[in-house]
Amino acid sequence: MITKRIIPCLDVKNGRVVKGVNFEGLNDVSSPVELADYYSRAGADELVFYDITASVEGRQIFTDILKEAASKIFIPLTVGGGITTLDDFERVLNCGADKVSVNSGAIKNPKIIGEAAKKYGDQCVVLSADIKRVDGKFKLFKNGGRVNTEIDALEWIKFGVDSGAGEIVVNSIDTDGVKRGFDLEMLEAVCNIVSVPVIASGGAGGIKDFIELFNKLPKVDAGLAASIFHFGEVTIDELKRELKKNNINTRI
Amino acid sequence: MLAIIDYGVGNIFSLYSSFKFIGEDVVLTNDKKVIDSCSHIILPGVGAFADARRKLDESGMTEVVKEQVKTGKPLMGICLGMQMLFDKSYEYGEHDGLGLIKGSVRPISEVIPLDLKIPHIGWNALEFTKETGIFKHIKNGDHVYFVHSYWAADCEESTTAVTEYGARLTASVQSENVYGCQFHPEKSGEVGLNILKAFCEL
Repeated sequence: MITKRIIPCLDVKNGRVVKGVNFEGLNDVSSPVELADYYSRAGADELVFYDITASVEGRQIFTDILKEAASKIFIPLTVGGGITTLDDFERVLNCGADKVSVNSGAIKNPKIIGEAAKKYGDQCVVLSADIKRVDGKFKLFKNGGRVNTEIDALEWIKFGVDSGAGEIVVNSIDTDGVKRGFDLEMLEAVCNIVSVPVIASGGAGGIKDFIELFNKLPKVDAGLAASIFHFGEVTIDELKRELKKNNINTRI
Repeated sequence: MLAIIDYGVGNIFSLYSSFKFIGEDVVLTNDKKVIDSCSHIILPGVGAFADARRKLDESGMTEVVKEQVKTGKPLMGICLGMQMLFDKSYEYGEHDGLGLIKGSVRPISEVIPLDLKIPHIGWNALEFTKETGIFKHIKNGDHVYFVHSYWAADCEESTTAVTEYGARLTASVQSENVYGCQFHPEKSGEVGLNILKAFCEL
């Protein structure tokens, strides 16, 4: 059977990984390519490169880095950040990306989901949603989770999947950075309404959080995290060994 | 030298890079003369069957691929490139394949339980069913990366590995010098690179 996926996310700004990283054995800890290669060797099932540059020059540097990563690292690569047009899809797919993730760009122009799915296939289009509880309801946020769109998050996700999104990333703003575990309630609500793969993001503080995630919500396909991997609090090889010990199907 | 057939479909950056990475001399081409001079051929493919088949015809590569196979050179189809090796595909209608391997391409929805997601996407284990040269450097049970909604059916004779996804889906095939992988070796980490390496050694 298909394995649960562990996905480290690299936020890249002006060609460097942001969020401090501290690893032994890496010459340049903030080089996206070196870090990606390190994760790939440790057993990461997929990598996300998130472009958080705002300038044109920064975008060009990001594309060059992506190309370099894709010529050395042979696992699936997802690219997100600043994707607003089909040209953006084309640009990163030509550099070796396998999937493209849309977030604020799709809120601004919802048609992009369907257009991209039609052109590149559903499997290529990932809808990433930043969600926060407001008065007990799941609301969709944009611009890096700073702005409340007032849109019902579950309705939005349903719309995204109906339009052709092949995968959903659920970023819980409520649990993000808290390190007490993934937002199981929010994830379950999403799993109940979609039939495409769901990726959990936000809240992982340790190995036990991943075990709890996959044990309690068998419909969740993958766990995504950034800082706990970057800071070495959790190593991917150790995480995967523990998942296996707990009878969670994983690739080792 | 190894030729990746260029007929205008899909994203072959990673495939090309993976051969470079393992130190192979590789060229992306639709030039018959260049292909003639190559020792190994790769038929890539992503997207819809009918569209890819039409582009293969229009680029003149259908005949070239068939001729190359007759010379006895190793040829490997990857993903949709593998599916095109068969007699027929039932993806949105009925379409002729290249007829190089006996069998037909059918929706996986016909054979897997309803609660499983389509496409079959992610890392899954290979279960070897027959010896084949391209698995020389990997082990039974190794994981590879799949992305597909259709599978090669009625091809037991040529099947060399299957993968379990609510049904035993064909993962790889071989008929004489014609090889096929449903999964993406260029996205399957070390295991995938070892498969490409073994293909180059054939």
